[in-house]
Amino acid sequence: MSLNYDRALEIYEPTLGLEVHVELNTNSKMFCGCATEFGAQPNTQTCPVCLGLPGSLPVVNERAIESTILIGLALNCSIAPFSRFARKNYFYPDMPKNFQTSQYDEPICVNGFLDVEVETDDGNEIFRVEIERVHMEEDTGKSLHVGGATGRIHGADYSLLDYNRAGIPLVEIVTKIVPNTGKYAPAVARGYVAALRDILRSLKVSDVKMEQGSLRCDVNLSLSKKGSGELGTRSETKNVNSLRSVERAVTGEIIRHANRLQSGEKIVQETRHFLEESGQTRPGRSKEQAEDYRYFPEPDLVPVVPDAKWIEELRNSLPEKPAERRKRLQQAWSVPDKEMSAMVNAELLDTVEQTVLLGADPTKARSWWLGEISRIANDKSVAPTELITVKDVAQIIELIAKGELTDKLARQVVEGVIAKEGEPSEVIAKRGLKVVSDDSELMKAIEAAIAATPETAQKVRDGNIPAAGALIGAVMKSTGGQADAARVRELLLKHLGQ
Amino acid sequence: MSIRDNAWQMASALSNKEISAVELANQHYEQINAVDKDVHAFLYLDKEGALAQAQEVDKKRASGEKLSPLAGVPLALKDVMTQKDVPTTCGSKILENWRPPYDSTVVTKLKEAGVIILGKTNMDEFAMGSSTENSAYGPTHNPWDLTRIPGGSGGGSSASLAAFEAPLAIGTDTGGSIRQPAAVTGTVGVKPTYGGVSRYGLVAFSSSLDQAGPCARTVLDAALLHQVIAGFDPKDSTSINQVVPDVVAAAKKLDIKGMKIGVVKQLAGEGYQKGVENKFNEAIAELVKLGAEIIEVSCPNFEYALAAYYLIAPSECSSNLARFDSIRFGLRVGDDGVKSAEEVMNLSRQAGFGREVKRRIILGTYALSSGYYDAYYGSAQKVRTLIKQDFDNAFAKCDVLVSPTAPTTAFKIGEKSNDPLAMYLNDIATIPVNMAGIGGMSLPCGLAEEDKLPVGFQIMSPAMKDDRMYLVGGALEAALLAKWGKPILDFAPKLAGSK
Ligand SMILES: [Zn+2]
Repeated sequence: MSLNYDRALEIYEPTLGLEVHVELNTNSKMFCGCATEFGAQPNTQTCPVCLGLPGSLPVVNERAIESTILIGLALNCSIAPFSRFARKNYFYPDMPKNFQTSQYDEPICVNGFLDVEVETDDGNEIFRVEIERVHMEEDTGKSLHVGGATGRIHGADYSLLDYNRAGIPLVEIVTKIVPNTGKYAPAVARGYVAALRDILRSLKVSDVKMEQGSLRCDVNLSLSKKGSGELGTRSETKNVNSLRSVERAVTGEIIRHANRLQSGEKIVQETRHFLEESGQTRPGRSKEQAEDYRYFPEPDLVPVVPDAKWIEELRNSLPEKPAERRKRLQQAWSVPDKEMSAMVNAELLDTVEQTVLLGADPTKARSWWLGEISRIANDKSVAPTELITVKDVAQIIELIAKGELTDKLARQVVEGVIAKEGEPSEVIAKRGLKVVSDDSELMKAIEAAIAATPETAQKVRDGNIPAAGALIGAVMKSTGGQADAARVRELLLKHLGQ
Repeated sequence: MSIRDNAWQMASALSNKEISAVELANQHYEQINAVDKDVHAFLYLDKEGALAQAQEVDKKRASGEKLSPLAGVPLALKDVMTQKDVPTTCGSKILENWRPPYDSTVVTKLKEAGVIILGKTNMDEFAMGSSTENSAYGPTHNPWDLTRIPGGSGGGSSASLAAFEAPLAIGTDTGGSIRQPAAVTGTVGVKPTYGGVSRYGLVAFSSSLDQAGPCARTVLDAALLHQVIAGFDPKDSTSINQVVPDVVAAAKKLDIKGMKIGVVKQLAGEGYQKGVENKFNEAIAELVKLGAEIIEVSCPNFEYALAAYYLIAPSECSSNLARFDSIRFGLRVGDDGVKSAEEVMNLSRQAGFGREVKRRIILGTYALSSGYYDAYYGSAQKVRTLIKQDFDNAFAKCDVLVSPTAPTTAFKIGEKSNDPLAMYLNDIATIPVNMAGIGGMSLPCGLAEEDKLPVGFQIMSPAMKDDRMYLVGGALEAALLAKWGKPILDFAPKLAGSK
């Protein structure tokens, strides 16, 4: 009988470990001046250095060091006064030098932590994830294996190599083991990666796009029998590339480990690959097959010795922590939890805040960005901020507040701005979308409506107030929706003696 | 004007318009055509490129443009330095026909100075060797005796000077590859302070030891070339951002009165040929005559230098040479559309690397492997620190240190090729300099009486004090020239066909 998740956790206690690789968004690569833009034509962003041509030498990108120190500081790490690069030697076709320049026993940041808030049966609870190290390295190129069934190098007819990614700065963030998460292990793992992503985004050091691979997670998991106090053998699931997958990978590995252990089998220390479709993992390299990387200090680079004063400057420049900022904004705007999460998940918190800072009402700003604009953005498969600027939205909200636009008119203005007809004022002018606020104009329309349906007008005179709706509708129609309906109602009822 | 002139003499003939750069280059190509079939100093001649470069210099000179002191003087480039679009083989089959898409910094500086690059010179494969016998393209022969080795790894560069095929050459020195060939060919070779000359474009053998430097027939010529190629390079992180010492002024000074010169006790005695020791001691006597104070110094850790070197250099080379995988450049063997990338890589490396290179890759791979790292690479690094301390202590008492450059004169081709350890011992006196990253020079100090072959005198100076070895070298060279009555190369037998 196989164990399900709940049964598994009655018997076993999971221990997590997470390794996250982040591509930095520096303009140039880690060790050369090549551009790092995503999606360029293959092999157009290369040079002798990142192609590993004979004779070429690396030079460290200072900006990458700065970004890494910022990450370390934001994760409460100490910054090493002296750290070094090392060579990790192994052969792979998409690795130009056949060694990766990385950091080994002398990383730049050590001993930090990140608090992760997780929803538990007893309300929200904080799990502290301790960080062992943050270090710098370079990315490999990308291979595309053509032919063969698996898309892997074995069995492929040929492989295409793109070295544009080779040498892009990577930062690896490694946690210490994360014990005592119990059944919340998957949620803690997900929450950690999400919180880390928010921090990296707030530091503006990475695009943190998991789907493009600029943030990749390896999940280490082991189980120990409850109360045994002994760590089990771990498996390492590689390249888990979405928050949901992180959660699923942990859940899946807990069940897999538990069932193996329960049936008396051993866990093999190995790397595993996460399968997006099934949420399962398949085996990769076992420890016995694992390579001996023959690490040694990179002789082509000098040690990294950051100035203490510079570190303090960077520390003082750290932005507000995302979790704290979120709490502050939620309170200030009086947003319910659910809406707050929606805003964060839609990655619109910054945008809404900027709109509010331009004077817009928080509730209005939120509803425009998450409502109408997000809807159009979804249809077009683009980000809302690519459609319309914060300034334009703030201006539209202001015009509504002043009574110069109705919600209905405002939607047309938004539509016009998105259609590149110009700024809101230009769209209003071109489309003639001003609210008709001239009472004499409105009275003409009201009189015309009454003249068209005198029976309805009589009903209203006789006290049937709801009948006024049809007349108001007619006026709105004849003014092309540009009248303020409330004012029309007011004038109409007065005119009909109500 | 003769091709036997020194580089500085050629430079002044050029600047006085007694000869054009094109004529000078052509004279050297004639000499190469006449003698290189016997010497085999060159792997590739870039006549077209060189003459175009020479024309450019002549044009600039005619228009009155201010030129660098060596503009128009020809040079031979060791085939380990990249030169854009010119084959760069490192003496290896694995790079046969590889044309780099970029210039090394040294080549960039040479081109900027108007130095004419005649071609690429032979070397032990990937600079691993002391005889140039490890070249995949056949050995270079010593112009003093064609049955003997010209030293290595830069045997081609030094032989080209001794055969008057070029007045200047570039070498690289990881454990003695500039100085030992200079010693056995009767020429001058300088390994500058580590970081003094950019390594960008120098195909790495052992990154922490490799250093490019000038080769010439006189100390002043070497100094003039040193001045051209030295200096900080932002493309090389290990390059030193300091003002280059004025080595040209030092080479011209000729006054060493009161200087303290240390003779290293450990670099003499057992293993050193009698004639080598005699010529060394005669040179010391000249230094005394010039007013220098001679002090004996002890560097007890030099004993471990060779062993530590043969852990560090192979370790680094095992990693540096990993990039030769047949994928992006170089030899590709067995690519039949069926074999995997890994199989093709293995076949290519098997076919492309020679025995000595494979030996060192295997040695280095082993030394770095898990469980052995501390015992081998780690201990070797500690020895390195101790050697540096030995130098620091010695330089606290002396301005420069001296020793014979190599324990013997040139040996016969084939004599040691099956005995790697005997071959490695050639570098026993030169290796400590690389381990400590300091400067070292070899200049000729006479002919050993037993074989009438040149003996090299080594001068070592503290890091970034390269001017000191030029000062002592220049003064000693002048004293010896006065004693001999003519340059040492005039004692060499004339090569068939030579001018
Ligand atoms: Zn590049």
